Amino acid sequence: MAKLFQRPKSMFDVSTHYCPGCTHGVIHRLVAEAIDALGIRGRTVGIAPVGCAVMAYNYIDCDFQEAAHGRAPAMATGIKRVRPDLMVFTYQGDGDLASIGMGEIVHAANRGEKFTTIFVNNAIYGMTGGQMAPTTMPNQRTTTSPFGRKTEEVGMPIRMAELLATLKTPGYITRQTVIKPKYIQKAKKAIERAFVYQMENRCFSFVEVISTCPTNWGMTPKDAVQWAEDVLLPYYPLGDKKTPESEVADGQVAAAGAA
Amino acid sequence: MSKVLMKGNEAIAEAAIRAGCLNYFAYPITPQSEVAEYLSWRMTEVNGVFLQGESEVAVSYMIFGAAGAGVRVFTTSSSPGISLMSEGISYLCGAQLPAVFVNIMRGGPGLGGILPSQADYNQATRGVGHGDCRLLVMAPASVQEAAEMVMMAFPLAEKYRNPVMLLGDGLIGQMMEPVEFPDHLKSEPSNKDSWATNGIDHRNGTTRNLVRSLFLDPEALNNNNLMLRAKYERMKAEEVRFEAYNTEGDYKVLIVSYGTMSRVCKTAINALKGQGIEVGLIRPQTLFPFPDVAIREAAAKPSCRIVLSIEMSMGQMVDDVERCLHGVRPVEWYGKCGGEVPTPEEIIDLVKASV
Repeated sequence: MAKLFQRPKSMFDVSTHYCPGCTHGVIHRLVAEAIDALGIRGRTVGIAPVGCAVMAYNYIDCDFQEAAHGRAPAMATGIKRVRPDLMVFTYQGDGDLASIGMGEIVHAANRGEKFTTIFVNNAIYGMTGGQMAPTTMPNQRTTTSPFGRKTEEVGMPIRMAELLATLKTPGYITRQTVIKPKYIQKAKKAIERAFVYQMENRCFSFVEVISTCPTNWGMTPKDAVQWAEDVLLPYYPLGDKKTPESEVADGQVAAAGAA
Repeated sequence: MSKVLMKGNEAIAEAAIRAGCLNYFAYPITPQSEVAEYLSWRMTEVNGVFLQGESEVAVSYMIFGAAGAGVRVFTTSSSPGISLMSEGISYLCGAQLPAVFVNIMRGGPGLGGILPSQADYNQATRGVGHGDCRLLVMAPASVQEAAEMVMMAFPLAEKYRNPVMLLGDGLIGQMMEPVEFPDHLKSEPSNKDSWATNGIDHRNGTTRNLVRSLFLDPEALNNNNLMLRAKYERMKAEEVRFEAYNTEGDYKVLIVSYGTMSRVCKTAINALKGQGIEVGLIRPQTLFPFPDVAIREAAAKPSCRIVLSIEMSMGQMVDDVERCLHGVRPVEWYGKCGGEVPTPEEIIDLVKASV
């Protein structure tokens, strides 16, 4: 009988430490599947963030560096500039990328550094116990916004994919999600496409992945999936915001490609 | 080998290339921006990598990434920029990565000034970053010495798998002096396949390498720190460098001074010699490890009555001078901040007043 489904070769044979209903496991898997499909494990370097995925290197089997909080895009720049033949990816959460690391990701994207960023957006800080993130929704309760995010005090959530897509430098900027199987198939294709752009030495690639955090949202995994679909997806629309082929003029983002 | 007249900053830049370091990431800051300006074209001549990063914070992690990928890499900055790199330097120490940093010191604290200072001594010699980290710190007193120390820094960083820092000041960076880049200081990069993330295939291997500084298990973290400590103890045993100037005779005063300040002291010492007053000088060339024994032995000379720590700060190296003397002689500090370099006349007056 043929084996139809198995652990990707580029994943260690261990259980992860992630919470029930966390999407890191799925996203790790999609990255590992892309590495396997493209046969690039031998020249891939991953960069783990500070966040729940700080130990992504315990699960994905390739060369890895552990970054300081927010600095992965700078490290990726260093690696890629001195060894352009290596396939480099960063894997970052919303605190890492959209808060402390905002400068690094914007400048790396703007320089068109040829690495791939996987941005896990679950609208909250996971590892540190559920504080507000730049991506936290209006009125969403977190441990540092116990009365709900008050946008008149701290502003609206930041949409990273759209922000990076406004940069004139060509890039592949897309938003996906893995909260249901129908979305996972598209996310898988997008992640693989991102790595292919890197293999072609084409451009910076960025895959934002809307994710769940049942533990810190205070929901069951099932409710978390529904809340993500009902509340996050309308604010964070899925789809390609920019591809190397599309044009950007005067801050307008071309509606390019299907989700 | 021919000597060339070069500005200190440019000599530092060229020395790195002669040392086989073809990768440079940096951010402009006075008084060392000439390094980046020079390398922005010179690196293209040697097919090297030059990138002006968006901040010193970002640059320190570009250094980390490149060092982790197993190549020689360096950066230059000045005091406030080094502060921004302090976290990155801590990470480099924790992950045991070789890299070279050059601090062309300017006045502080805060935005301070753009003129020379020696007020980052404590920062540099205590490892710059958080945790139990140390840097091997070298202090040049001339453009030639700066070039040689840069060339030495890369194999030293690889020997210890630790960042190495050159501590210069705005005068060293800006002045022009003859310089040559000695062949005997050239070196081959070490083999980094046992730890670098340079690609599994590149190593003809099967297992991946992990560059990290997180050890959540207390025993593992303690072990990492014990390993780092052993390296720093080895530095103390093997890497102390200093110059002894006019210490053969019976001097009443011993000066401890480094970098630009030491040159002014030498001028004063020569003038005082002409007046029949003997003064000795120990010039540390490594600030970490500090030349404890050399200073204590020089101070213990029966004729010596007092030790003067002369530095362009409000008194930082003086603490190390006191520490290593074990009370054998009294110590006084003299210094100036703001960017004015004390004159030989000031030093002469200081020496006469102290005996």
